[in-house]
Amino acid sequence: MIRRTTLLGTCALALLAAVTSATGAGAATRLTVYTALENEQLTPYKKAFEADNPGIEIEWVRDSTGVVTAKLLAEKDNPKADVVWGLAASSLMILDTQGMLMPYQPKGAEELKTGFRDAKTPPAWVGMDAWMAAICFNTVEAEKKKLPKPASWADLLKPEYKGQIVMPNPASSGTGFLAVSGWLQTMGADKGWSYMDKLNDNIALYTHSGSKPCKMAAAGEYPIGISIEYTGAQQKTKGAPIDVILASEGVGWEMEATAIVKGTQKAEAAKALADWAASRKANEQYVNFYQVTAHPGVTKETPNYPKNAEAAMNKTNDFVWAAANRDRILADWEKRYGAKSEPKS
Amino acid sequence: MSLFKAEAAKSAFFTIRQSGRPVEPGERWLFGLGMGGIALFLALFVLLPLCTLFLRSVYDRDGAFVGLANFTAFLEAPTLVRSVVNSLSLSLLTTVITVALAFLYAFCLTRTRMAGKGLFRLLAQIPLLAPSLLPAIALVYLFGNKGILRGLLMGESIYGPIGIVMGEVFYTFPHAVMILTVALSTSDARLYEAAEALGAGAWKRFVTITLPGVRYGLISAVFVVFTLVVTDFGVPKVIGGSTNMLATEVYKQVVGLQNFGMGAVVGIVLLVPAVLAFAADWFWQRRQMALLSARSVPFQPRENPVGDRLAFLFCALVGGLLLGLLGVAGFASIVTFWPYNLTPTLANYDFAEFDAAGWSSYANSLTLAFWTALAGTAIVFAGAWLVERAPGRAAMKGAVRLLAILPLAVPGMVLGLAYIFFFNAPWNPLGWLYHGMAILVLATVAHFYTVSHLTAVTALKQLDAEFEAVSASLKVPVWTTFLRVTVPLCLPAILDIAIYFFVNAMTTVSAVVFLYAPETKPASVAVLNMDDAGEVAGAAAMAMMIVLTSAVVRALHALLSRVLQARTQAWRHR
Repeated sequence: MIRRTTLLGTCALALLAAVTSATGAGAATRLTVYTALENEQLTPYKKAFEADNPGIEIEWVRDSTGVVTAKLLAEKDNPKADVVWGLAASSLMILDTQGMLMPYQPKGAEELKTGFRDAKTPPAWVGMDAWMAAICFNTVEAEKKKLPKPASWADLLKPEYKGQIVMPNPASSGTGFLAVSGWLQTMGADKGWSYMDKLNDNIALYTHSGSKPCKMAAAGEYPIGISIEYTGAQQKTKGAPIDVILASEGVGWEMEATAIVKGTQKAEAAKALADWAASRKANEQYVNFYQVTAHPGVTKETPNYPKNAEAAMNKTNDFVWAAANRDRILADWEKRYGAKSEPKS
Repeated sequence: MSLFKAEAAKSAFFTIRQSGRPVEPGERWLFGLGMGGIALFLALFVLLPLCTLFLRSVYDRDGAFVGLANFTAFLEAPTLVRSVVNSLSLSLLTTVITVALAFLYAFCLTRTRMAGKGLFRLLAQIPLLAPSLLPAIALVYLFGNKGILRGLLMGESIYGPIGIVMGEVFYTFPHAVMILTVALSTSDARLYEAAEALGAGAWKRFVTITLPGVRYGLISAVFVVFTLVVTDFGVPKVIGGSTNMLATEVYKQVVGLQNFGMGAVVGIVLLVPAVLAFAADWFWQRRQMALLSARSVPFQPRENPVGDRLAFLFCALVGGLLLGLLGVAGFASIVTFWPYNLTPTLANYDFAEFDAAGWSSYANSLTLAFWTALAGTAIVFAGAWLVERAPGRAAMKGAVRLLAILPLAVPGMVLGLAYIFFFNAPWNPLGWLYHGMAILVLATVAHFYTVSHLTAVTALKQLDAEFEAVSASLKVPVWTTFLRVTVPLCLPAILDIAIYFFVNAMTTVSAVVFLYAPETKPASVAVLNMDDAGEVAGAAAMAMMIVLTSAVVRALHALLSRVLQARTQAWRHR
């Protein structure tokens, strides 16, 4: 019996050795990069950067925006990340107020659009690209239910959409908050809240994930999802019968940004990454996925991406205001709609 | 062999008390070392990290001390009452359904002679093998607004209480079956023979012998299921729609708002059921008698054509449902685009296409699962044995018991965060553990400690302490008794524990999501990432790989058990 256990253990160890030896180690500087980039972007971005910077290797730690931000904050006293590349600017602002970022002016950052970098000099973070609140509209289900195609936020209040709309809970999802803060900023507090009061009557349910409403729309679970334009384009490319609509009143938006984590042991490599992330070359990568990038000269048609994205973005998008008032807005929101119980069908 | 010695030597004994064996000085030292080791393990990997996190509940987001302000804020939150009511009512409902089904199922497995027991044992494990995303996908494909069977819900929506209860019953079923099977599989045939000779009918025997015999297992199952549901945020997050639960409040606070203070407050509230469970455990465990004394005759179910067939039908129905859900998820992994393009494809299994880590995360999961099973089983079983069998040290045992129950009540997310705060603190000498495979293994062992511990305890409680007493009188050292009597007798339970650790390590997400490093990213996290990225089919495909792996390991385990059973469990048969 004992002999058998030993044998078993040896076999398992051999298996393990085989498995672990597959991941070899190199001599290059390894940068631990925390990110909330989409999976499909990781490989092209990494390859492009490493091709230009031999000797530096990127090791991704990727998760959703909320998890990555929580992880960074929890590691505050002993940071493990060298660079954050591809995290919401609002998250980086939180890290900055906690004194966790190392301000650095990347080479060529002055060429970027002014709204796309931290106002301080040197900036704590530098923007990459913008994503925005969008309406995903399932044309097949709409046809069946005889629903007209909405063109604006105001359209979503029409009675025929009752129980047909899904949106993210702003307390769980940054995308949800993006939409809410966008409405409050463009409509003003009173009109904004009264808009949400009416919208709430049409909402079937609030999800915890920001991309979920669009995925639900794509799968026909509910015909309309308030979500991210990126997810919409991606689902459409995969074959979903959806239209991605940017509301005519203008939409709330957010940007992805790059920052160096204070206390990194690999400052030189980290700066090289920050430089590259702000370069034209990097922006040419970003534009494959997002239409609006930080670099003014970089444009490209992104497949299935809504047209005129840049024009649709709210002109007055005050990140600082949104960050400062977030707790208050969410408390209000929870009071009004958080107790919305079972979905109405 | 030891059994006969035990039988023969037993008459020499007059007073037999639980844990009352005489102890040699060398053994005392060993017991002390063992108890200390277990207590230290639980303190380091459960208690201290949680304390570090819970301390945050009296600080605000910027690290300023705010006293109980977070608690009052929590009590004033508008969604609180509803989430407490939802959590309690849905958890109770799930518990009733799950424990009733699991009891019947375990009863059929252990007390009938129906055909296909091995298969049904495997089927009951299906939910354990699957990452929680799979049932969620399957339920949506079945009962969602575009679902194949949505008519069955009669206009009700799956996104809400119905979906939560369905998902949670699926998720908790194997836990309950595991505990109840262990509880039901050890019983003394002499009791049944005596009862029958005295003219007790089947129902009376069930009520007076079977039920009291499994009382401890039943109560454990109730608390395990209840606590699992209260603390799980995976199911309500994915399919609960707008239904607020306490666990989703933690998610909102930690992931949505990064407000660790408030997250800690809700985490503390979630501990209440576990503390109750501990109180109940303490209360009941004093009343549990050993079911299997040294002279027990193992119970052998008799043939009963009608009953066996009914049992088979019931198990086939339940097992079929479990398999059906898995089948739907398997289907999800090969369709091109649900529900508009159902053309089958294998493209979804080309993971490198969706995830930079490709197949390497799968290898990481294997490593993680292997070490978790190995370390977890050794620690848990030795710990349970010491708590049950070592003499004296009542206070320490109480502490270990409480700490062993605690992890069940801690949502994985809370544990993961707590690990960051504790192990990544600059002052912690154990900091080197952080960011490696070891921390993932330890977190997973701690996370799944409770059910394994309860299983081990249930198995041990059913073995008479006489075994130790007798061997002591024969001057056999206690570790010899442990290795040559206790471990072989408990081997089925030990293997169950190992497999439980293995499959849970393959699917665990909520704790490790905060702890993995670039080179240790497990497949379960890859599943979540892919789903995040909108690759439902890719996620389903990786999840199916996890299921297949666990199923293969499970099948190997079944084979191994059969061989071992023949060698060590022969005494159960006449």
